[in-house]
Amino acid sequence: MQLLGLILLLLGGGALAALSQRLHRNAPRWLALGVIAAAALYLLAIPVGAAEQAAWIPRFGISLILAMDGLSYAMVALTLFLGLIAIVSSWSEVNESPGFFQFNLLWTLAGVVGVFTALDLFLFFVFWEVMLVPMYFLIAIWGHEARAYAAMKFFLFTQISGLLMLFAMLTLVYLNYQASGVITFAYADLLHAEIDPGYAFLLMLGFFVAFVVKLPGVPFHTWLPDAHTQAPTAGSVILAGILLKTGAYGLLRFVVPLFPEAALDFRWPAMLLGAVSVIYGGYLAFSQSDFKRLVAYSSISHMGFVLLGVFAWNTVAVQGAVVQMVAHGFSTAALFMMAGALQQRLHTREMGQMGGLWLKAPRMGAVALFFVAASLGMPGLGNFVGEFMVLVGAFQVDVPLTIAAAIGIIIAAVYALSLMQRSFQGEPNPAVAAMPDFGFRELSVMILMMVALVWLGVYPETLLNLSAPVVAQLGFTP
Amino acid sequence: MTALDFQALAPHLTLTGGTLVVLLAVSFWRSRRTTLALTLLSLTAAFIALWPGLDAGPRAVTPLLMLDAYAAFFNGLFILIGAVTALLVHRYLQGRAGSQEEFHVLLLVATLGAMTLASAQHFAALLLGLEILSISLYAMVAYPEEDNPPLEAALKYLVLSGVGSTVMLFGMALIYHATGALGFAELAAFVATGDRADLWLTAGQVLFIIGIAFKLSLIPFHMWTPDVYQGAPAPVTGYLATVSKAAAFAVLLRFAVDARLLDLSGAGAVPVATLFAVIAVLSMVVGNVLALLQDSVKRLLAYSSIAHVGYLMIALLVLGVLPNEAMAVETALMFLAGYLAMTLAAFAVVSELSAAAVGERDRIAEYRGLFWRHPLLASVLTAALLSLAGIPLTAGFIAKFYLFAAGVEGALWGLLWAMIVGSAISIYYYLKIVFAMTVRGADAPAIPASFAGLATATVLGVVVLALGIYPTPLIELASDIAQGLRLTP
Repeated sequence: MQLLGLILLLLGGGALAALSQRLHRNAPRWLALGVIAAAALYLLAIPVGAAEQAAWIPRFGISLILAMDGLSYAMVALTLFLGLIAIVSSWSEVNESPGFFQFNLLWTLAGVVGVFTALDLFLFFVFWEVMLVPMYFLIAIWGHEARAYAAMKFFLFTQISGLLMLFAMLTLVYLNYQASGVITFAYADLLHAEIDPGYAFLLMLGFFVAFVVKLPGVPFHTWLPDAHTQAPTAGSVILAGILLKTGAYGLLRFVVPLFPEAALDFRWPAMLLGAVSVIYGGYLAFSQSDFKRLVAYSSISHMGFVLLGVFAWNTVAVQGAVVQMVAHGFSTAALFMMAGALQQRLHTREMGQMGGLWLKAPRMGAVALFFVAASLGMPGLGNFVGEFMVLVGAFQVDVPLTIAAAIGIIIAAVYALSLMQRSFQGEPNPAVAAMPDFGFRELSVMILMMVALVWLGVYPETLLNLSAPVVAQLGFTP
Repeated sequence: MTALDFQALAPHLTLTGGTLVVLLAVSFWRSRRTTLALTLLSLTAAFIALWPGLDAGPRAVTPLLMLDAYAAFFNGLFILIGAVTALLVHRYLQGRAGSQEEFHVLLLVATLGAMTLASAQHFAALLLGLEILSISLYAMVAYPEEDNPPLEAALKYLVLSGVGSTVMLFGMALIYHATGALGFAELAAFVATGDRADLWLTAGQVLFIIGIAFKLSLIPFHMWTPDVYQGAPAPVTGYLATVSKAAAFAVLLRFAVDARLLDLSGAGAVPVATLFAVIAVLSMVVGNVLALLQDSVKRLLAYSSIAHVGYLMIALLVLGVLPNEAMAVETALMFLAGYLAMTLAAFAVVSELSAAAVGERDRIAEYRGLFWRHPLLASVLTAALLSLAGIPLTAGFIAKFYLFAAGVEGALWGLLWAMIVGSAISIYYYLKIVFAMTVRGADAPAIPASFAGLATATVLGVVVLALGIYPTPLIELASDIAQGLRLTP
C-alpha cells in the first residue's frame, strides 16, 4: 500500500494542518511544508513500476488500483516539487485561515497524485473531482477581486466536462460488460474492450472534451484566464504547473490507449485544435495588460504544443509533449510567482503601472528575464526541447499545421519580450516608490526552478528515459 | 391474526404503543425534556423491533400489509429520520410561543403513516398510510403559533394535497372498475390475463399517477412545494422533503413491481411509460432551472428536491426495460438512502441556525460567512450541498452513479441526458450557497449552536461522506432486499 500511503499522507497532513491552526498561526505552514517534504522523501522510496490493488465496490467491479510507471513517476515528482514551491511562495501571502488554506492545498495535491496513479476508471474519476473541490475553495476564499465569478466558472467547466467523461466511462464499462460478461472499471481490462467503432468514437470524444477543457485547448479555454488570474499565487502555481497537466496526462493515459483507432481518426481535428491554441493563445497573450493574465494566456499557447504532440502520433512528438508538460510546469509556475511577488509589492497586476522595475529590484529582473526566455523557447532550456521535439514529430505528419505552430514560437517571443519590456525595462514608472527585492526565501525557490529548467534543457534524457517505456507501449509510430 | 402476524407487525405496534404513551404523558405532565426522551425511546424501541419483525419472515399480514425486508428498510429509515426530526425540533421550538409537546405526538403518528405506506400492498392500505401521514403533516407544518407563514403553508398544503388524494382515489376507483381488484397482487393477476388496453384502466392509471405525482411533487404537479417548504418550520420541511417523498415512492415502487400495472413494455401500457418519462424530464430540467432563480434556501432546496425525485424516476422507468428487475429496485433504494441522508443533513443545518432568537434563516445572504462563525455546521452543509450536486466521495455521487449505471443498462438515453443537463445546472446554485458561506466580514449575529443540533448535523454529515466513501455494506443490503422483493408471495 505504498501509493495509497502517499495519498493518505497528503490527505492526513491536510487535516492536521487545518487543526494545527489552533496551536499557532504559523503551524499550518510548517506542517504543510513538512508533509510535502516527507511525501517527496517517501516518493524516492517507491520504485518505478510499483502497483497495488484492493477491493472497493465489488458490485460494480470497482477496485483501488494504483500504479506508478515512468510517466506517473515523473508527474508525481513534478506535483510534489511544485507543491513545495507553492507553499513557500505563499508563505507570507496568506494570513487569513492559514490552516484551511494549507488543507485545501494538500488535498488538491493528493487528488492530483491520485489522478496520476489511478488505474481504475472510477477511482480516476473520484480523484479527478477531489482535486477540483479544494481548488475551488482556494480560488473562492483567497482569490482576488473577481474570485466569485472565476471560481464558479472554473468549477462549472471542469464539472460539466467531467460529467461527460463519467457518462462515456459508464457506457464503455457497459459495452465491455455486454461483450465480455464482466463488469469492471479496471483500466487493464478495459484496454482490450471490443467496442463498435461508432460508439468508440463518441466515447473517445467524451473523454477528449473533459481532458481538453482541463488542458485547456481552444475553444474550451475561457475558464483559464479568469481562474489563473484570480487565484492566489499558490493556487495559480498549482493550477498552471500541475492541474493543466492532468488533462495532457489523461489524453496519453486514457484517450489514446482506450480508443486507439477512434483517436487516430480524430488526429487531424485534434492537431488543428492544438495549432489553433498555440497561435490564438499567443495572440491573446500579447493583447493583455495584466501581468498575470498574460502568463495565463501564454499557458494556452504552450499547452497547444502538448495537444499537437500527442496527436502527431509518433514517438518523438509524444516525448516532446512530455518534456513540454514538465518544462511548462516550471516556467509558468515561476512566472506566476513573479506576478504574485509583484502584486504583493505593488498591489497591482497592471503592467501600465510598472516599468523600469529592474532598477529597483535587479534580482527580480534577472529572474524574470530567465523565465521569460524559457517561456519563449530559448535553446538550452526545457521548453525549447519540448517544443522542438513536438515540431519535429508533427512535421512528419502535417506540414501546414507544423508551420502554423512554429509561427506560434515567434508570437511567444513577441509577447514574452513585451512582458519583460513593459514591466522591468523601459522608463521607470514614477508612481512606483522603492520596492523590496527578492529575499532568500523567494530567490532560493526560483533558483531551484532555474536549475530544473536548465537540466531539462541540457540533459532531457533523465525525463525521456523515464517516459520512453510508457510511450513505447502506446503503439505510436516511431 | 396469528402470533407470527403480531411479531411481523412489531415495529408498527411498538410505535403505536409509544405514541399512546407520549400522548398520555403530555396530557398529564408537560415537560419538553421528558416528551423528547419518551419520543426517542419509542422510536428506538420501534427500531429494535424491526429485527423480530424481520424474523417473522416476509409475511403478508391481512391482505393489506406486506412486512418484508423492503418494508423494514424503509421503516428503519423513517424511524431514524423521525428521531433526527425530534431532536431538531426540540431546539427549534425552544423559546417559540405556544405549547410544544404535542408536536412529538404528531411526529410519531406521521412516522407510523409512512411505515404503513412502505408496507402497503393494497389500495386501502395505501390510502390509509397516505392520509395518516398527510394529516399529521398539515398540523406539523402549521405548528408554530403566532406565525403566519406556517399557517399559509399548511393551508396550501392541505388544499393541494387534498386535491392530489382525491384524484388518486378516483384513479383507484377507475382501476377497480376495470379490474375488480384492489390488492396489488390481484392486479398483477389481472395484468397477466385481462385486457390491458381498456380505456377505463388507462384513465385510472393516469389519474393514479397524477395523484402520486402530487405527493412526490413532480412537475407540473409541484406548485405547492416551494411555498410549503418555505413556510413550514425548518425541521418539518426536512421531514416533508425526506419521509413524505420516500414513503410515497416506496409504495409507488412496490405497486410497480407487484401489480405489474406499470409493466411498461406491455401492450396498451405505452402512454403510462411516456407520461412518467415526460414528467421526469420536466422535473429534472425545469426544477433545476427554477432553483437557479431562488434566493431563499428552503425554496431552492424545494426545487432541488423536485429535480431529485425527477432523477429517481429513472429507477422506476428502468423497471420496465431491464431484464433484471432487482437492479431497478436496488438503484431506487441506493438513491433514496443517499437522497435522504444529504437532504436531511442540509435541513438539519438550516433548522439549527433558525433558533427562536434569530428566526427562520432562509435567505442565502444570511448564510454569508457561516464558515467563519460555525465551521462545523458550514462543513456539514457544504458536504450536503456537494452531495446534492453529485460530487464523488459523497452519498449523492453514489446515488447518481447508480442511476447512470441503471440508465445506461436500460438505454434510457433521453432521461440520462436530462439528468446530465439538470446536474450541470444544479452545480451553479449549490455552489452559490457554498460561496456565500465563504465570504468574509459578514456581520450576521453568531448564535451558539445547541449540542444536540451540532451532534445530529455532524452525524448526518459523516453519514453523507461514509456512504460516498465506502458504500459496499449498503449496496449489499440493498441488493439483498431487491433480490427478495419479487420472491415474496
